[in-house]
Amino acid sequence: MCIAVPCQVISIKENMATVEIGGVKREARIDLLEDVSIGDYVILHAGFAIQRLDADDAQETLRLLKEMTE
Amino acid sequence: MKYLDEYRDPALAKQLIAQIRKLNKGRKIRLMEVCGSHTVAIYKAGIRDLFPNIDLISGPGCPVCVTSTGDIDRVIKLTTMPDSILTTFGDMVKVPGSNSSLQQQISRGADVRLVYSSFDSLQIAKDNPNKRIIFLAVGFETTAPTIAATVLEAKKEGIENFYILCFHKLVPPAMKALLEGEQIHIDGFICPGHVSVIIGSKPYEFIPKEYKLPAVITGFESIDILQALLVILTRINENHPAVEIPYSRVVKPEGNPLAMKRMQEVFQPCEATWRGLGVIPDSGLKLRIKFMHYDAHQNYDLSVEEKPEPAGCECGNILKGIKRPTDCPLFKKICNPQHPVGPCMVSTEGSCAAAYKYS
Ligand code: SF4
Repeated sequence: MCIAVPCQVISIKENMATVEIGGVKREARIDLLEDVSIGDYVILHAGFAIQRLDADDAQETLRLLKEMTE
Repeated sequence: MKYLDEYRDPALAKQLIAQIRKLNKGRKIRLMEVCGSHTVAIYKAGIRDLFPNIDLISGPGCPVCVTSTGDIDRVIKLTTMPDSILTTFGDMVKVPGSNSSLQQQISRGADVRLVYSSFDSLQIAKDNPNKRIIFLAVGFETTAPTIAATVLEAKKEGIENFYILCFHKLVPPAMKALLEGEQIHIDGFICPGHVSVIIGSKPYEFIPKEYKLPAVITGFESIDILQALLVILTRINENHPAVEIPYSRVVKPEGNPLAMKRMQEVFQPCEATWRGLGVIPDSGLKLRIKFMHYDAHQNYDLSVEEKPEPAGCECGNILKGIKRPTDCPLFKKICNPQHPVGPCMVSTEGSCAAAYKYS
């Protein structure tokens, strides 16, 4: 039930954003996140964006993993 | 898809598997995941079969499954009230109470509507001013802030015919209760990824501090799970338990402060009854007095006669990690997703449903 998926914000109107995942558009409330911008990747849960994805951290995790398995 | 495909890379998975086997050194260890989405991810990726020495057990990580029979009976009671509409998430409809389920109530004519978000219930309330809309709120810390935001919006918009029946639960107190109960030996925890999005890593600090066990917050792709195993094994080998966040692309140590703020503004902790685990202090959420108007518990008679769990169903022991779905005599025989006996077979994230589908 805590399933949440990464989507990209494509437009924002007040507390509502339109997000896209795999070509499908959805509405998402952004009441629970500060300073959401167009282009951000957010984690969507039960109709709300609950966190922003951190691109640098995502890169770093993969780099570290590759290092660990070398 | 970005942020998903990279974490499903088979070549990287293969290397991780080899590394984990090397670090495990053939020792028997037992790790618990406390998140239904992890249970499904682990079954789906076949990770249980990869490491015969690593026993991966599921804990009380599915909010639907941990809802007690008594609480389901309270919900059923509310559906019999005139002029009311009960709204909830789809996972709840098939969960059997002692006499009925929401699905059966619907077939008897009760107005029960499934929503994707608690916010949809507000629209239903606006569209039906002469009816009382009761939103059945189940979930962990991931979902609670979304309910809080909905209550705040109801207040802002002056919506009067909207109520919350709150059976929300908090994960760290249940983990503590399991460790204190000492009914099961655990060598480490895989902490719930999306609960942690909200609460961060601090609420798990008691696990390494008081119980000297590693606790790792990870995501839901095969690489995430394998990485969690690698980190836990490293910690065990170094004898250096700590809370770690390999899922740092999504989870911050401080969590989501704004979501926490909203949650604390609207809710306060309270005692809660968990299926299998019983009553755990401060492990549930209730609306603060300020929001009493929206609280179904305050406005309706929810007393029911407490009935025992369904005979033969092992959900209680499965949620404690003491038994596995295959240990239940009813598994696949009488109990299946079409005719579930217990909630662990109903929810797609329940251990029994996952075991049924993937093994
Ligand atoms: S298989 Fe069915 S009866 Fe057995 S524990 Fe699971 S849900 Fe309960």
